[in-house]
Amino acid sequence: MENEELTEQETALYDRQIRVWGVDAQRRLSKSHILVSGVSGTIIEFCKNIVLAGVGSLTLMDDRMVTVDAISANFLFPPDEDMFRGKSLAEVCCDALKDFNPMVHVSVQKGDLSSFDGDFYDKFSAVVVNCCSLPTKRLINEKCRKRPKRIAFYTLDCRDSCGEIFIDLQNYIYEQKKLDGTVECQLQYPSFETLVELGKLGVNSNLALSCSIPLDLVCESVTESTKEPDLVTLPVHPARYVLIFEESKWIFGCVNFDGVSAPRRSTLRVFLYSPFSCQEAVAVHWSTLPRKVSKVYFGMRDCMSLIRVVIEKFEEAEGRKAGETSIADLPSILKLKKELCQAESFNEYHIPDSLLQRLLMGTMEHPPVCAIIGGILGQEVIKAISGKGDPLKNFFFFDAMDGKGIIEDIGSTNTEPEQP
Amino acid sequence: MEFEQQLEVIKSAKVLMVGAGGIGCELLKTLALSGFQDIHIIDMDTIEVSNLNRQFLFRQSHVGQSKAKVARDAVLRFRPNINITPYHANVKGPEFNIDFFKQFNVVLNGLDNLDARRHVNRLCLAAGVPLVESGTTGFLGQVTVHVKGKTECYECQPKPTPKSYPVCTITSTPSKFVHCIVWAKDLLFAKLFGDKNQGNDLNTRSSDGASSSDNAEDAFERRAGEDSEHYGRRIYDHVFGYNIEMALGNEEAWKNRDRPKPIYSGDVLPEKLSYQNGNVEDCPNGDPSSVSAMASLGLKNPQDIWSLRENTRVFLEAFKLFFGKREKEIGNLIFDKDDQLAVELVTAAANIRAASFGIPLHSLFEAKGIAGNIVHAVATTNAIIAGLIVIEAIKVLRGETNKYRMTYCLEHPARKMLLMPVEPFEPNKSCYVCSETPLSLEVNTRRSKLRDFVDKIVKSKLGMNLPIIMHGSTLLYEVGDDLEEDEVANYTANLEKVLAELPSPVTSGSVLKVEDLQQEFTCNINVKHRENFDKEKEPDGMLLSGWTEIPTPEKENDSSLGKEEIVSTPYQTASLGTENDDLEIIPAGVDIVPGGTKRKLSDISNATTSSSAGVLDVTVNSQKPEVIDDDNDVVVMIDGGNLNANKKKKMLE
Repeated sequence: MENEELTEQETALYDRQIRVWGVDAQRRLSKSHILVSGVSGTIIEFCKNIVLAGVGSLTLMDDRMVTVDAISANFLFPPDEDMFRGKSLAEVCCDALKDFNPMVHVSVQKGDLSSFDGDFYDKFSAVVVNCCSLPTKRLINEKCRKRPKRIAFYTLDCRDSCGEIFIDLQNYIYEQKKLDGTVECQLQYPSFETLVELGKLGVNSNLALSCSIPLDLVCESVTESTKEPDLVTLPVHPARYVLIFEESKWIFGCVNFDGVSAPRRSTLRVFLYSPFSCQEAVAVHWSTLPRKVSKVYFGMRDCMSLIRVVIEKFEEAEGRKAGETSIADLPSILKLKKELCQAESFNEYHIPDSLLQRLLMGTMEHPPVCAIIGGILGQEVIKAISGKGDPLKNFFFFDAMDGKGIIEDIGSTNTEPEQP
Repeated sequence: MEFEQQLEVIKSAKVLMVGAGGIGCELLKTLALSGFQDIHIIDMDTIEVSNLNRQFLFRQSHVGQSKAKVARDAVLRFRPNINITPYHANVKGPEFNIDFFKQFNVVLNGLDNLDARRHVNRLCLAAGVPLVESGTTGFLGQVTVHVKGKTECYECQPKPTPKSYPVCTITSTPSKFVHCIVWAKDLLFAKLFGDKNQGNDLNTRSSDGASSSDNAEDAFERRAGEDSEHYGRRIYDHVFGYNIEMALGNEEAWKNRDRPKPIYSGDVLPEKLSYQNGNVEDCPNGDPSSVSAMASLGLKNPQDIWSLRENTRVFLEAFKLFFGKREKEIGNLIFDKDDQLAVELVTAAANIRAASFGIPLHSLFEAKGIAGNIVHAVATTNAIIAGLIVIEAIKVLRGETNKYRMTYCLEHPARKMLLMPVEPFEPNKSCYVCSETPLSLEVNTRRSKLRDFVDKIVKSKLGMNLPIIMHGSTLLYEVGDDLEEDEVANYTANLEKVLAELPSPVTSGSVLKVEDLQQEFTCNINVKHRENFDKEKEPDGMLLSGWTEIPTPEKENDSSLGKEEIVSTPYQTASLGTENDDLEIIPAGVDIVPGGTKRKLSDISNATTSSSAGVLDVTVNSQKPEVIDDDNDVVVMIDGGNLNANKKKKMLE
């Protein structure tokens, strides 16, 4: 680490936050370079936070032209067309952000992020992707992963009262503070690709099927274990399962061809993966999760991801850009949902029309949610760059409806599950 | 969709924001973006450079201007068609009375001190206006909702009050760096540069009586024609040398303690002060606040820990500069964390004293944090908290009582939650603020004066602004602009009387009625006579109960993160008006459940406790509630869960 001292100006300006994360962290921040693709209300919140914190540079990408109602939750430019006529969103935001902290270099990069070569990313310490389709996110995540130097990768999604952050720090080593000093801590993050292959966010053949069935039903096709009468063993099946038992136990199990033991008379949720999903899926361990949290989380995630599948499928078929769907598309989307569910022999019940409707209607960002998600993401990027503090791994969800901000560690291949 | 439905109620709401600082800037922005059209904002502060890292509505060019006004202008730039009414004033001012508060649908606090928070709480209770309260420090934050009769009020849970140190710890037996800072700031600095008429315990030692103090008094006077370096060295030798020698004479004190070592300037720095880079003459003229001993000595990095020798040089140089460049101010100076030279002198003096007592030395940066009670603050937490405030405010406006939540923003997840919503408490039936439960006071009625009662109980503990004290039908004390001269004289005379000798004598069994008309807040205090008080444990010499105070063990100093212990001392007045933003109480993970009250986690699903959840609950329970406050209120972090030894934590299904 370079030992350059902070200037007097920096010391005075950053005094309060240096008291939080220390002078080394501040120095690392000032040498970091952040790339942000896709401008939204949440992204503006995030940019404000990291510019104030004093990153070295911020590069904005978004060639969409500004319109009066381009971004409802924006505090960077006035609703005055003359101010931004002929300018792109990135340009207008860049001008305003520069003003927040003259010590941060804010600039605009034109073009489509997915069309850039890998070495374009080498300049950056962290890449934040927003307002784009799932395949684009995967593509960019993979490009970042292939670079020789570690680039922190984040995606951001906000709709209505919900928001979600995905974090990939690859192989991240940091000093973890304990009561009695620090210990070196290593975290392995799964890539977006891995997760998609896991099927949770999948499409077509990799689509995850989720259903809740009482174990008694499963038991009809299950051979009972004689040794442990309270357990049942699931049959060998060409598909793989991730099991979630409810009632007295709440365990996420990882299943492969060998089957697994499960308590009887539990309600069982089974995720079936197609035999074509990637190797890594087999190795997934699911940490034990407290049931209530998981319930909420799964409620949301199942719906969000499956709905996203439906919405993204629709966008793809219609040649729409991400987020360009509206309530007017509801009938077509509901029709598509039906077809998809039939094709995958999946119970339509799991994609409630009301939620689809809520997410389609609520395309507007909810400013308090933007502030919250933009704040959490800002904090995470600062942690990852400064090496101070425990970074989140690897999903964060917030829903203003229940007020919870939940962290989930999904799809990690190397973490040992916590023992219940 | 949900959001669109909320717009109607948002548009017609009239809201009051108190505080335009760290949380305030974020809150004003989020309110405006969310569609609020009529926002009033009160803040007495002006903008400082150290605000700019998070109070994003302000720029360098605004330094010195009113926060409320600049914040308004900044927000109108992106939302030109809404109404924002700024007040550059103290919320405790008489213009913000009950009628003023009654015009609002909800009050949102983004305050930085306990005193003002309590004041607003009482006004909201009296005016019947819901209050959304908030606070942050570092990565921690919280938002709570207080609606009269429905949820607890801000004061239903006891709040930690300012930490005070026994005088003898400061004057004779410091064991922590903070004790040295308090000594340097409140005793030495005040003695040298402050009001000479103020009482000062600098020469008080537990062992000797008043006999030596006459002689000691002389030591602080500058002799005719004395060179300022010589004068500085004489003070130095007196406080770090002679006084320590004297203290060592008291063998009793050192039986179980390490003996301090006297330090003389001649031993540490035999030669006269010299300058490595530039010298005094290079200091820019004009602005006295730019005078700096570090600059003239060529010391650059405020993060460096100076050696004893460097501290000695800084001490002597700062001393010299005060007499050379700022002589006019001497006698009127009050320590200010933004006064560079004062911080340098206090840092150096605290370090020299620390060296004497074998306490680790600290950098100027750290010393400044401790001396100035500086709270650490980042933009992100404020943004998150502001978002949560708006979410709660909307629920309040829609009257969704069952959806209210207090939300904690945590640094380390508890039950996988980083933002943890908890159902609000019901009002505490024995709260002396929102119920009418009397308090009781143990006091030596033959020794304590009415002044002690007013300062230590009525103002400091009860947080009253304009108190009236009655005993039966006799008015003992009152403040206000409309008093007659003879009344003022009468009350002033009463202040100096001991309780038992007041016109209507207050003795064991008396009931005092204390009232604040501005806050429309009254409480009764049952007085009980007690002869003796433990000087160390009960420095106030009186004990208020019926309102339990949270014990305040000191937290471990966490140097790598630069956290500071925040201190206030008996010498400090209740409100220094420091700039510090944000904060207050955060039980990390779980909540403190006082007798009978229940705080539920909001995810109420079915009741089975699974084994894995059980494990997690244990983890959660072992987390320490962190009780934090800022400003001249104190920071306390309890690092061992011991706080709740006698309190039960409970998670309800």
